[in-house]
Amino acid sequence: MTTPILSAKGVTKRFGGRVACRGVNFDLWPGEVLGIVGESGSGKTTLLNCLAGRLIPDEGHVAYETASAGTVDVHRLPEARRRLLARTEWGFVHQDAREGLRMGASAGANIGERLMAIGARHYGDIRRTASDWLTRVEIGLDRLDDRPAAYSGGMRQRLQIARNLVSNPRLVFMDEPTGGLDVSVQARLLDLLRGLVDSFHLSAVLVTHDLGVARLLTHRLMVMHGGDIVETGLTDQMLDDPQHAYTQMLVASILPV
Amino acid sequence: MPDTVQQNGHGEGAYNYAYLDEQTKRMIRRAILKAVAVPGYQVPFGGREMPLPYGWGTGGIQVTAAIIGRDDTLKVIDQGADDTTNAVSIRRFFARVAGVATTTRTEEATIIQTRHRVPETSLKDGQILVFQVPIPEPLRMLEPRETETRTLHALCEYGVMQVSLYESIARHGRIAKTYNYPVLVNGRYIMSPSPIPKFDNPKLDRNPALQLYGAGREKRIYAVPPYTSVKSLDFEDHPFEIERWTECCALCGSTESFLDEMIVDDTGKRRFICSDTDYCQERQDGQRR
Repeated sequence: MTTPILSAKGVTKRFGGRVACRGVNFDLWPGEVLGIVGESGSGKTTLLNCLAGRLIPDEGHVAYETASAGTVDVHRLPEARRRLLARTEWGFVHQDAREGLRMGASAGANIGERLMAIGARHYGDIRRTASDWLTRVEIGLDRLDDRPAAYSGGMRQRLQIARNLVSNPRLVFMDEPTGGLDVSVQARLLDLLRGLVDSFHLSAVLVTHDLGVARLLTHRLMVMHGGDIVETGLTDQMLDDPQHAYTQMLVASILPV
Repeated sequence: MPDTVQQNGHGEGAYNYAYLDEQTKRMIRRAILKAVAVPGYQVPFGGREMPLPYGWGTGGIQVTAAIIGRDDTLKVIDQGADDTTNAVSIRRFFARVAGVATTTRTEEATIIQTRHRVPETSLKDGQILVFQVPIPEPLRMLEPRETETRTLHALCEYGVMQVSLYESIARHGRIAKTYNYPVLVNGRYIMSPSPIPKFDNPKLDRNPALQLYGAGREKRIYAVPPYTSVKSLDFEDHPFEIERWTECCALCGSTESFLDEMIVDDTGKRRFICSDTDYCQERQDGQRR
């Protein structure tokens, strides 16, 4: 029997009197992509940050099944272990690529940083791996020594993905990876992501407000509204037959093309 | 100048021995002890206002003041030279407030306060080298947040330092950093060796002398105890290298010392001479004899 790779139990986070997310329970299975959808301010990003150990929830806990050391409680780990996990077994793709990239360093250094952090000390090898990943995310090799500041929004986002995947993570957290990109660039990025998730057998938690993105990438959906999970289910099923009033409204508000 | 200092040993009237008051010296010594116990770790201390501006050696002068005693012999160098304004002023300062003997000869000194160089002459057991440090944090240019750099040191997360070396190779084809070249001390902390040329980095490794580093503006003290390993960071396929010159010193003919390039006339004619004036003079005296 397989165990879930990530398991949340009763995760609650408050900011003063305001509840950002309340009693969230779910299991994420290996190879699964879970979408969290909902409107702005519904607590999606806060939940994601709690799951990734970037915020400490007020109640509940998050268990992660490591590659070799059994199950760990994400928030009880010493900071050193948690940061090590975050840069080896996990990835985190930010909505704003500037948060996830080192803007002052070249693309090659951005991709190589994780490798160097875990002890790679051969310049030639690091550069080869970086070139390899740049090709994989469809960026020309002539851009290897350019800084991300000279990249377009879509390229930055792809670079951020390469930087995260270079250490072969098992679990990737994504916060609106396609936000702020125009539709054609979005489509390419989605295509790329779908291919990568597939070929590396990644598990992922994806936060988005775009049901189109959710339909393309995710296997299962959780709908958040005002800090609560109001509905969960298989993506296709939910989009075709939403049960909760808020989900119905959300599905109904997709613009027909 | 009547030398009242050497007579009563108590500064100029109101000043305490070695300028700083005893409590301050005690506090600095405690910081030094901690720094020696954890090689390469930056220990905060309550830096005082000194009678010279920040950037002129306030950190080094406070460390020297805290460790100096009547039996010490002090040498002060600035860019290797004993006769520059900064070196002369600091040497005279301590002669006046601490009544110590001063020297320009490396082997006679018990304490050597230095800016930007390590003497060419090998140091011995029992000598103390005091560095003046402008920016103690080696990660500062890569990570501006102090809280974050402290975390990185605490967790030994030094990937970002390697990133800066990678960038240098990607841009220049080699590690182009020539001074303040980052080192790993005792296999644990990354340390900024103050702006000494990387030529001097190998001298820090397993040096018999105690190395103390004082940063006055940033109020940090760190240390490398005698015979501690100090490794310059590099890549396997781009190993650490020191500067080399095709010329030799125009005055003493040395091919092993760090050379300063001087332009001597309007047509761009240049000469190379040793930056370490004491080393150069010793060699010239030896040749004359």
